[in-house]
Amino acid sequence: MAGILFYLSAAVAVAATIMVIIQRNAVHALLYLIVSLLALAIIFWLLGAPFVAALEVVVYAGAIIVLFVFVVMMIGPDTVARAPRAWIGPVILGTVLAMELAYVLTGSAGHPVGEGAVQPREVGLSLFGPYAVAAELAAFLLLAGVVGAYHLGRREGRER
Amino acid sequence: MPELIWLMPALPFAGSLLLLFARRFPPALAAGIGVGAVGLSMCAAAASCAFFLFSPPAGGSLGVTLWSWIDVGGFAPRVAFRLDALSLTMVLVVTVVGFLIHLYSAGFMEREEGFSRFFAAMNLFIGSMLVLVLADDFLLLYLGWEGVGLCSYLLIGFWYGKPENGRAARKAFIVTRVGDAALAIGLFLIATELGSLAMPEVFARAALVWPRGSGPALAAAALLLGGAIGKSVQLPLQTWLPDAMAGPTPVSALIHAATMVTAGVYLVARCNAIFSLAPAVQLALAVVGAATLIVGGVSAAFQRNIKRVLAYSTMSQIGYMFLALGVGSWAGAVFHLVTHALFKSLLFLAAGAVILALHHEEDMRRMGGLARRMPLAFWTFMAGALALCAIPVPPTIAGFASKEAILAQAWSSAQGGALLWGIGVTGAFLTSLYTFRMIALVFLGPSGPQPEKRTGAAMAIPLAVLSAACLAAGLLGFPKVFGGRPVLLDFLGSALPSGISTEADTRTEMVLEAAATAVSVAGAIAGWLLGMRGRRISGTEQPPAVLAGARAFFAGGWGFDRVYETLIVRPFAWLARVNKSDAADLLPRGIGGMSMRLSGFLRRSQNGRVRWYAASIAVGSLIVIALAVLL
Amino acid sequence: MTAVPLAHVLVLAGILFVVGLVGVLARRNLLFMLLGVEIMLNAAGLAFVAAGSRWAAADGQVMFVFILAMAAAEVAVGLALVLLLYRRRGNLDPDAGGGDA
Repeated sequence: MAGILFYLSAAVAVAATIMVIIQRNAVHALLYLIVSLLALAIIFWLLGAPFVAALEVVVYAGAIIVLFVFVVMMIGPDTVARAPRAWIGPVILGTVLAMELAYVLTGSAGHPVGEGAVQPREVGLSLFGPYAVAAELAAFLLLAGVVGAYHLGRREGRER
Repeated sequence: MPELIWLMPALPFAGSLLLLFARRFPPALAAGIGVGAVGLSMCAAAASCAFFLFSPPAGGSLGVTLWSWIDVGGFAPRVAFRLDALSLTMVLVVTVVGFLIHLYSAGFMEREEGFSRFFAAMNLFIGSMLVLVLADDFLLLYLGWEGVGLCSYLLIGFWYGKPENGRAARKAFIVTRVGDAALAIGLFLIATELGSLAMPEVFARAALVWPRGSGPALAAAALLLGGAIGKSVQLPLQTWLPDAMAGPTPVSALIHAATMVTAGVYLVARCNAIFSLAPAVQLALAVVGAATLIVGGVSAAFQRNIKRVLAYSTMSQIGYMFLALGVGSWAGAVFHLVTHALFKSLLFLAAGAVILALHHEEDMRRMGGLARRMPLAFWTFMAGALALCAIPVPPTIAGFASKEAILAQAWSSAQGGALLWGIGVTGAFLTSLYTFRMIALVFLGPSGPQPEKRTGAAMAIPLAVLSAACLAAGLLGFPKVFGGRPVLLDFLGSALPSGISTEADTRTEMVLEAAATAVSVAGAIAGWLLGMRGRRISGTEQPPAVLAGARAFFAGGWGFDRVYETLIVRPFAWLARVNKSDAADLLPRGIGGMSMRLSGFLRRSQNGRVRWYAASIAVGSLIVIALAVLL
Repeated sequence: MTAVPLAHVLVLAGILFVVGLVGVLARRNLLFMLLGVEIMLNAAGLAFVAAGSRWAAADGQVMFVFILAMAAAEVAVGLALVLLLYRRRGNLDPDAGGGDA
């Protein structure tokens, strides 16, 4: 059963990603990307990595894509296509994902790949144990990103 | 005594060097250095002569080796000089005549631009010529040979502002180059066959190693003859001399009359050992000389330019020398060389006085009646002319004795004696013809333009000295028949083998000499008549077309220029034009072009497009991964 | 328990990566190029996690966390740059000539 789930999610992910790069409208592409990320989250769960699955949804789909959406809004969407036809793809894919999510979250899916789930506790211990330095460096990176983004994104008020 | 030998060329070289690097000397200083250097060289020559005569060295020659030039694998030419009777004679001619002409030039070239340059080149010439005649090693001789060729080029094109002068200089250089190439190949042959380029060794080994008439001997002699033909203006390389008259008159006198053009004669005389081993080539020598004799003489009779008459005359007289060499009269040729140097340079210098006085006018049709107005030029010219025509007035005159010697030897020659003598006598007729035509046109007859008095002392003294020398030089070899002693010929006998042993009996010789003299006189009269008549009809009558065509043919040196132009120059120029982008350059240019194209192609990959770069990264990593996986 | 071989998961990661790459190369809009980069990062993360779960180790997930952090920083700065460029140039075409302001 887990195998079928996996292949289904994989198909959804691939289809959604292909739709991303084909789209004309930036917002539509972003929405398809969210679908793809959600499919990947399910795959992560099936791989026995629940923590990462949660992170994928929260950080990737929830923060990074939202950032994209903000920027697209600031730049201005090209066309506002609200034709009903545009809803078909996402609806289908989304429905499939929702069903899978429900089934997975009930716990009756196994872990198709690997030897078992790796709990968040172990990840945490590993992250602040052997990989502590890397974690600090990642923190630096994020700080740099924040500062840089702020500085670059500023309106050119004070720079003249 | 040995120091004197190498001082002789060293002094003019030093003078030339000095003048070359100090262009801003005042003319007086430049003249002083130029004339002085040659003068000192002349003194050294005179001193050497005195030593040589009063305490003659053993074996009749004195050699001095200065240093070893190259020493590689058994090939070891040296810088070595040798003073023997032959080279001493040549040295005396070169330095004395050279000194007189330098003195003359100080007057002639006064107020000319490039005064220092002139004397630098002239000194360099004297130095090179002395190296040539004193060389005891063929490589050194070749050095002098090339040096005189260079100076000839520099001095013919002295007035480089006019392109014709440059062309004439180039023509002279290139035509003699053909001869020089033959000489070089001949030297290669000698070096490889006989293993050395030192003259004593070469002459000794040649006699031992090469049988008479054998291939190497003929080849070597023929190649040496080729070199001599080029430098000495003989057929077929004679086309450059009339054009070489574009240079200043003292240059024509020194280089193209007295010294450089006789270098070929000297070369053959010096290599008489090799030529004796190749009788066919010796015959060729005589034939070339006889043919040039006639061609030059006929052409001279049709000239309108006074210097061109003298140029063709030089060509013709050297033909006499070649004729003498061809029949084995080595010393006779050298004797004529000496007398020719005297009277031909005298003629050129006197002509130069006339030219200068008429503001560089050289066309004889615009001269006339100058005998009254320029007596010095006239009488000195007359002395030279009588010497050239071998008319015994006075009997001690230079040309008479030497020409008679050649004709006598020609008569007694083993091959074609009577024919060669006949040609020689015809040549004598032609010589007198063109000489007296020239005199009539220039000095006699109704007056032409007024000469400006410009013959200063610097020019007058050499004229006088040379005239005296001309008139008396006959004493050096007065024919035995008339009671003279062959002083010079005997002197040269220590260096050159004597001529043909068989001499005609006294009566035959007297008849022959009388006949030759009569012919010369007849020619003189004919020439005088031609000249006087020519004055009257020039400009009034139109000669018929056939005569005009004939005139053009003979005056143009028998069409040799035209033949060379069509056969050699035009095809070569065409080839150069066609190959302008140089087919042989294709490989280097191709390599360069290919790398440019490659770089252009690579350049297009740097197009500033981000996606292009990303794609190339992807492709690159794909390739690397594929390699890692597959290999 | 291993119903799906590791190879299949890696193949999925590869397909996603290639799709992302094509997206970067084929689109002429900077925003879509950035999207393609995100897709590629995601695919790489999937490969890490799959490998980690094969041996039931936490390392794969830790790698994914780092990738996530890096992607976040990169997106922040990249989008700021996109904004700047858009303001300067008026379009988001990477191939268009850069006219000076």
